[in-house]
Amino acid sequence: MSGQTDMVLVDDNGIRIDGRTADQHRPIKIEAGVLSNADGSAYVEIGKNKVLAAVYGPRECHPRHLQNPSKAIIQCKYNMEAFSVSDRKRPGPDRRSVEISKITAEALEKVVLTELYPRASIDVYIEIMQANAGTRCAGLTAASVALADAGIPMRDIIPAIAAGKADGHVLLDLNKEEDNYGEADVPMAIIPSTDEIVLLQMDGNMTREEFDRAVSMGVAACHEVYELQKDALKRRYTAKEKEDDSDE
Amino acid sequence: MSNPMLSEIRRDHIMNLLADGKRIDGRGTSDLRSITFETGLVESADGSARVKIGKTDVIAGVKIVPGTPFPDTPDSGVLTTGAELIPMAHATFESGPPGEDAIELARVVDRGIRESKMVDVSKLCVTPGEKVWMCFIDIYAYDYDGNLFDAANLAAVLALRTAVVPGEQYGLGENTPLPVTCTPISVTAAKIGNTLILDPNFDEEQISCSRLTVTTDDEGNFRAMQKGGKGSITLDELRQCLDMAVEKGREIRAIIG
Repeated sequence: MSGQTDMVLVDDNGIRIDGRTADQHRPIKIEAGVLSNADGSAYVEIGKNKVLAAVYGPRECHPRHLQNPSKAIIQCKYNMEAFSVSDRKRPGPDRRSVEISKITAEALEKVVLTELYPRASIDVYIEIMQANAGTRCAGLTAASVALADAGIPMRDIIPAIAAGKADGHVLLDLNKEEDNYGEADVPMAIIPSTDEIVLLQMDGNMTREEFDRAVSMGVAACHEVYELQKDALKRRYTAKEKEDDSDE
Repeated sequence: MSNPMLSEIRRDHIMNLLADGKRIDGRGTSDLRSITFETGLVESADGSARVKIGKTDVIAGVKIVPGTPFPDTPDSGVLTTGAELIPMAHATFESGPPGEDAIELARVVDRGIRESKMVDVSKLCVTPGEKVWMCFIDIYAYDYDGNLFDAANLAAVLALRTAVVPGEQYGLGENTPLPVTCTPISVTAAKIGNTLILDPNFDEEQISCSRLTVTTDDEGNFRAMQKGGKGSITLDELRQCLDMAVEKGREIRAIIG
């Protein structure tokens, strides 16, 4: 949002540097059940973002003072790996990752039936292997699939995507260049069955009209991501069924 | 939402009042509490402001010191925002390094100031690539009765508007006012049940399921937002929040002049 460049991010035909139109997202790949130890896991690629999510739980909550006698708590750790960005990132949590972990856990809280597991903890780990703008959305998208893969009862699965603005155009799913040199970024996540918003952030500069467009673009794209999430889970469990059949 | 800090009976009372569009302190749903402020109260700081919104009491201090620029912005000054929720302000606040609530608070305030380009960092360069002014905003809560986001934003903004770059102290020319371009104002709404209220007090925050902070600039354009809390907001509620942020932002600007 702060950089300056002479680079043309959107050409006269409305085509972006990676060939997309304004309301196209980058290619998305979602796979469920990619790890063996975790109770649930998922791998998500959105463009050049590569993200893994793992879920452990419901399990005993540590530290114990965080236990809630009436429901489970969701603890999330979003972590950028040292090699995930062009300069090496210093390992360990920084203020940005603490904030992202917090809002991710809060977004998931609305759909997970936490009241079924008093005193327990559901731990969500998000690892960013490669970052190219939009990692928090990729992370939350992966975390939702991982929770479903763990068999944790949920009201719905949460898809997430960002919209934003670059070269004066409202664009869906900004890539690195558009994020660095663009004018605004609006990451969001919804509950697809009701279109309720569970994650929303915004930075940059947008008029009311631009923001409204960004939100409607984002909501529409969230529904597309949702289909891919369900698809990934179906593939995982039809494969599993076949495995189970051949075991017998 | 179960919270030992708020009795069941008080919670029900607040909910029942809200069903009639009333609030426990007599306000309407979109009324703000009274805002008072004092600037320049800390002489050792280069800018300071103490803001009270109702009983919520917050101070922001600005320290401006020479330092090395970031390699990717060799001729821009540096802006940093921190916040501490100290045990003095509420029985539930613990001492120690900033937790996730304090970090989120600081980052949301920072986002509004940074994205509105309130501080003209291009004018904070002393020697390109070598020496720039680094502007540290530090926020402390003294008394917490809800809505720390708007109180902290306001304190930081007022402290910056009255801040002076201490050239003389470091032998780097005259003292000059910190170059500021606009006044970003945040307006926070909380959702209780299906009702949106502005400027929530402590009790209201305890029973609210989600919150949305919207920061506007002088033109009423949006510069920063943050949804918080474990609940959701509908698209219609989002629209209401945006409308109120613009309207109340204007009101708050009129109050602080």
